[in-house]
Amino acid sequence: MGRLTLALGDGVIVAQRNMRKITRQPELLVAVLIMPLVFVFLFSYVFGSAIEIEGGSYREFLIGGAFVMMLTFGSTFTGIGLADDIQKGIIDRFRSLPMSRGAVVFGRTASDVIYNVLSTIVMAGAGYLVGWRINNGFGSALLGFGLVLLFAYAFSWIMAYLGLKVRSVEAINNAGSLVIFPLTFVANTFVPTDGFPSALRTFAEWNPVSTVAHAARVQFGNIPETTPDPTAWPLENAALYSLGWVAAILAVFVPLSIRAFQQTATSN
Amino acid sequence: MVDRQPVVARPWWLKLWSMQKSTTPINGHIEAEGLVKRYGDVTALDGLDLTVPEGTVLGLLGPNGSGKTTAVSILTTLIQSDGGHAVVAGADVAANPSEVRRRIGLSGQAAAVDENLTGFENLEMIGRLYHLGRKPAVERARELLERFSLTDAADRLAKGYSGGMRRRLDLAGALVAEPPVLFLDEPTTGLDPRSRNELWAVVDELVERGRTVLLTTQYMEEADTLADDIVVMDKGRRIAQGTADELKDLVGGERIEISVAFENEIPEARRILAGLAEDAPRVSNRTLTASVVGGAAKLPAALRAMDDARLTVTDVGLRRPTLDDVFLSLTGRTAEAAAVHLEVAAPGEAPVLEEVA
Ligand SMILES: Nc1ncnc2c1ncn2[C@@H]1O[C@H](COP(=O)(O)OP(=O)(O)OP(=O)(O)O)[C@@H](O)[C@H]1O
Ligand SMILES: [Mg+2]
Repeated sequence: MGRLTLALGDGVIVAQRNMRKITRQPELLVAVLIMPLVFVFLFSYVFGSAIEIEGGSYREFLIGGAFVMMLTFGSTFTGIGLADDIQKGIIDRFRSLPMSRGAVVFGRTASDVIYNVLSTIVMAGAGYLVGWRINNGFGSALLGFGLVLLFAYAFSWIMAYLGLKVRSVEAINNAGSLVIFPLTFVANTFVPTDGFPSALRTFAEWNPVSTVAHAARVQFGNIPETTPDPTAWPLENAALYSLGWVAAILAVFVPLSIRAFQQTATSN
Repeated sequence: MVDRQPVVARPWWLKLWSMQKSTTPINGHIEAEGLVKRYGDVTALDGLDLTVPEGTVLGLLGPNGSGKTTAVSILTTLIQSDGGHAVVAGADVAANPSEVRRRIGLSGQAAAVDENLTGFENLEMIGRLYHLGRKPAVERARELLERFSLTDAADRLAKGYSGGMRRRLDLAGALVAEPPVLFLDEPTTGLDPRSRNELWAVVDELVERGRTVLLTTQYMEEADTLADDIVVMDKGRRIAQGTADELKDLVGGERIEISVAFENEIPEARRILAGLAEDAPRVSNRTLTASVVGGAAKLPAALRAMDDARLTVTDVGLRRPTLDDVFLSLTGRTAEAAAVHLEVAAPGEAPVLEEVA
């Protein structure tokens, strides 16, 4: 057994433990499943009645953005889970065991992907009901889902870091909203950015949430043919630019989180 | 057992290096020198020295906030000290924390059980994280559940466990890998007398099998029963060390306690008691306390004298020194006063009274 196998094995044990929790905390599961429904229906009927997408339908436009928004929010579960484990002393127990250093955070981010996959499935179903369609073939759509999930995974490392630092479930909830709301709203998530004031528009164009949403829409075939190609560089190279963000976030927050984990001791 | 050390693969160069080391079996010795830990203005540890020879039990005795948990946290690698150094079971806590973790078991002050797992799952997970292997982890979990009378609750979620059951599950967690060194931070707080005795029996058994145990407690009686050696802590420092008997001798043997019915009887009662006692009687709430030598003879003498003086004695007793007495005599403060910076008062210790009358 090598070092890596050992680390992987520990990560799997931690992930299994978290997964057992999913079924044993049904409240959380219900939230994960109901939120996307509420979102899709609310936005498609409330905003959908007011927003025109030239040459296409708003609902087709909406779903790509809703995926990114929903899954980015889903990443807060990672921070919440870790903060909860700190408060209950479980992290101290883990830290006193001869397990691999990164296993707890890796296991946590891995098992939280399950929430996001469930969320995706529910949202896709709800999207279908309100008229969203995959127009570019199934394989291409899978790539789109993959990109959004990957971005959410990277984001969950930011939340992991915050969770390990603030150590309180309430605080991580607030901190999460504070970061995620502006990030997901000052973007092309729910409305096209053409009408934004120029500073906001520039922010939106360089916002990875926009580029992930755009890339996903392209993969789903949700961009009407009449829509002009974007002129901002990040949107022109949406997939590449988004993957760059994923790599950058992971490069910064994986080591930061692991270090924070090692320094975490429940204060009494 | 030492030979149940989990085997962990290492790079070849580390293997070469550890080959010479592994010829000497792990010695469960704990040695700490000059440990310092500061939290802002608070000095939690102020140069603490500790030595626990292999196969012995050291009791860390001290009031709230004296630094017991901080010391345990440093020795178990959960936090880093700001000064001093410590070696646990042959590994340096600062330089080689992962090696330390392989050789210790910890039961922290707050029971760290996973509420959403069953008792069995909790222990099995710990076993697998010690890399015992899947089957041995399962067997060990069952064994420990049995040992701590949790078999009936084994497959219930720990969420529904009582405080005492959680405590026992947490303790079982510390024993999963049968490590040579165990740290138990206030292991019997919140246990009923039966569970407490069970735990005491477990500790005895561990020591019989050569384990080293460092436990913290606020109860003299517990340190008395379990510990070979007791270190009394105050403000992050060691203020006394010795066996239970040595400490009791230090604070002057037994205590005589006499309560009188009326305030105006106190001066006379104090005079009588002072004549028999080793130190000046202390008074609180019409109860007088003083240390005596040969209490069994002094108590009836005191009663007779009070009777002759027509004092109304409402209660009388002889008791062994408590942590409070040790404290008072070592620091001039009561343990309670020493713990002023704590908001939540710990469960108070009822003095052990041996009723005579
Ligand atoms: N994380 C922390 N941040 C700030 N101060 C701390 C922290 N941990 C401990 N302290 C302080 O350090 C001192 C020693 O605390 P410690 O928990 O070691 O005491 P203790 O002897 O275990 O007390 P108790 O009997 O209440 O468990 C206390 O004054 C405490 O307030
Ligand atoms: Mg403590």
